[in-house]
Amino acid sequence: MSEESERETNPPPPPPCPTVSQREQWMVESQVFQIYQLFATIPRNAQTLMLELQRDNHMQYVSKGLRHLSSAFSVLDANRPWLCYWIFHSIALSGESVDDELEDNAIDFLNRCQDPNGGYAGGPGQMPHIATTYAAVNSLITLGGEKSLASINRDKLYGFLRRMKQPNGGFRMHDEGEIDVRACYTAISVASVLNILDDELIQNVGDYIISCQTYEGGIAGEPGSEAHGGYTFCGLATMILIGEVNHLDLPRLVDWVVFRQGKECGFQGRTNKLVDGCYSFWQGGAVALLQRLSSIINKQMEETSQIFAVSYVSEAKESLDGTSSHATCRGEHEGTSESSSSDFKNIAYKFINEWRAQEPLFHSIALQQYILLCAQEQEGGLRDKPGKRRDHYHTCYCLSGLSLCQYSWSKHPDSPPLPNLVLGPYSNLLEPIHPLFNVVLGRYREAHEFFFTES
Amino acid sequence: MESGSSEGEEVQQRVPLRERVEWSDVTPVPQNDGPNPVVPIQYTEEFSEVMDYFRAVYLTDERSPRALALTAEAVQFNSGNYTVWHFRRLLLESLKVDLNDELEFVERMAAGNSKNYQMWHHRRWVAEKLGPEARNNELEFTKKILSVDAKHYHAWSHRQWALQTLGGWEDELNYCTELLKEDIFNNSAWNQRYFVITRSPFLGGLKAMRESEVLYTIEAIIAYPENESSWRYLRGLYKGETTSWVNDPQVSSVCLKILRTKSNYVFALSTILDLICFGYQPNEDIRDAIDALKTADMDKQDLDDDEKGEQQNLNIARNICSILKQVDPIRTNYWIWRKSRLPLSA
Repeated sequence: MSEESERETNPPPPPPCPTVSQREQWMVESQVFQIYQLFATIPRNAQTLMLELQRDNHMQYVSKGLRHLSSAFSVLDANRPWLCYWIFHSIALSGESVDDELEDNAIDFLNRCQDPNGGYAGGPGQMPHIATTYAAVNSLITLGGEKSLASINRDKLYGFLRRMKQPNGGFRMHDEGEIDVRACYTAISVASVLNILDDELIQNVGDYIISCQTYEGGIAGEPGSEAHGGYTFCGLATMILIGEVNHLDLPRLVDWVVFRQGKECGFQGRTNKLVDGCYSFWQGGAVALLQRLSSIINKQMEETSQIFAVSYVSEAKESLDGTSSHATCRGEHEGTSESSSSDFKNIAYKFINEWRAQEPLFHSIALQQYILLCAQEQEGGLRDKPGKRRDHYHTCYCLSGLSLCQYSWSKHPDSPPLPNLVLGPYSNLLEPIHPLFNVVLGRYREAHEFFFTES
Repeated sequence: MESGSSEGEEVQQRVPLRERVEWSDVTPVPQNDGPNPVVPIQYTEEFSEVMDYFRAVYLTDERSPRALALTAEAVQFNSGNYTVWHFRRLLLESLKVDLNDELEFVERMAAGNSKNYQMWHHRRWVAEKLGPEARNNELEFTKKILSVDAKHYHAWSHRQWALQTLGGWEDELNYCTELLKEDIFNNSAWNQRYFVITRSPFLGGLKAMRESEVLYTIEAIIAYPENESSWRYLRGLYKGETTSWVNDPQVSSVCLKILRTKSNYVFALSTILDLICFGYQPNEDIRDAIDALKTADMDKQDLDDDEKGEQQNLNIARNICSILKQVDPIRTNYWIWRKSRLPLSA
């Protein structure tokens, strides 16, 4: 091989002041490390108290929202099914449920959000919207029971999804609304869990999402946009649900996601952005899904190494006889792609029933530490990061991420983890979730039985 | 996903709708919340009234200037209400409003809260209707927002849409360069740079730009080897042409340079690891630099690295995983997994 000569380049002297990214990052690190240092210096029993999930306070915080929200919530007036979902899911993660009266009121309210032509609006009298449809459906599944599940008009909902679908594979969020990867996920997720997913809804969705995987490896909201944790979860989950996950560059996706967990122990949403508790689920969820795809990932890694092993030999050969081997290499690459199973109706169910034990690819103890010490507010509710205010959204996704951490080593999706895998007292243990839908596992199973049993 | 939630500005000394003569013929429609709604929001009287009147005109599909004015009030109260924005677009079309005025309206809205999907979707719709004449407005609008928040996701997505639909590529690479000069850690600017070099009709595409972009990126890497953005960008420059990436001496050379500094070398090491997995054969300089990073206790765990041929590369890759496991503990599980998945032909 030719000897590599080192390039002599004198980099310009670094600027006298740190950049805004560096300043903001160091500020957050300082806050977080201060908490960790304080934690390290206190007695063990005090440490246990700090690591305790303030379950009762969190439940009080979210439950109150079911009965009363201040006028400040007017800015979420088009997101009331989301408020339902964030609250009901948080309660279910705690292993609790609401009383019959509240359950009936919730079903009635969501029915008033259900459009006569299918789908759920962000509030009564508003247009149906795919994201709030996802929130409403997940809320009703989380409530459980025949009355709740039967209230969903699946036929009309299917019609709504078909009307929102675009030729390029994307979905509009609402009539003439915006198109992005969130809409793909919320549409496909709802169709999958309700057993109304078909070839028409799936058509070209994979192509759209593939066009959103960026050079970084993560997935963006639209083709060309920046790789982002929320869209990465949505894109990856969608590709799994439609049976086309093998078309993503999974090794690059894995590498991108695992690098989103930083020294603060939590996940950031994008490269060089700040840590945020909600990515405990969006990024933690993505890595949890990837963990279950190890056979496909291994196959992709073997295929690429074989291709380029051959390519390397061809390269050496090329220097001898001067012929180009690019065509051969490209042909082989094309030949390695295989069409996956088209039995998409059973994918979500099999995903949790054909669960192969695999060590987590992220640091689940560290993430639990971030959630419990930095994202948790002692008086109830969870938040983005220290210094930020608690809200229902972050409470829901921090708790969801915490659940993923606790079960990340489990041999079966709902087999209880060993105590050393649950940071803090074992009473911190939450209910397991179905990672493709972010619904508590028991409620998913009930819904699956309801919607998939031939009646 | 970013959830924006800041309250819009309330109009001062606002006259209630029920006291305005022009609305005297309309019967407001209360929200159909049912007797015992959950997640009940304690609306202010003003909020309730505006929404009640909105429902009235929305249900009757009234296409009138007063309805248009009402939608403006409604989105002031809640800029996330996609139904109001949707109806506003229907009105703008029916009433044949000058959409340049609408651009100004959106800019006033953005001053209060620019982080919701609905406002940006509306902006895109307006600009699309206006066509190429909106080009400068859209680039200036996004530039203004990015000058305050250089990583604003919606603003960048809108800017990309504007470039593709309305044009204005000529100065975009310079714009990226300026932003990166201010903040080399601005991953959004790196992403935009990639967008430009791959899609601009003036630059000839990735292959044509690779050489100059590699030089630019290597300089950024050397200045800040801990900056993940530049390393990922460098990898992206060879997207779809991994053979070129493996064989380009500039790549392994910059890795070697960083390794020898013995600081901030996580990305350099992981790049060498990836290169080996794709068939790269590390030379003696690289091997020596890696050996210099090993700690005493690490030597005992690793295989004999005196072997030659195929086994040698495998051992180097294994050693890299072991080093990374030590210096990058948050990703311990990942590096263990990578070690277990090393291709046999490495």
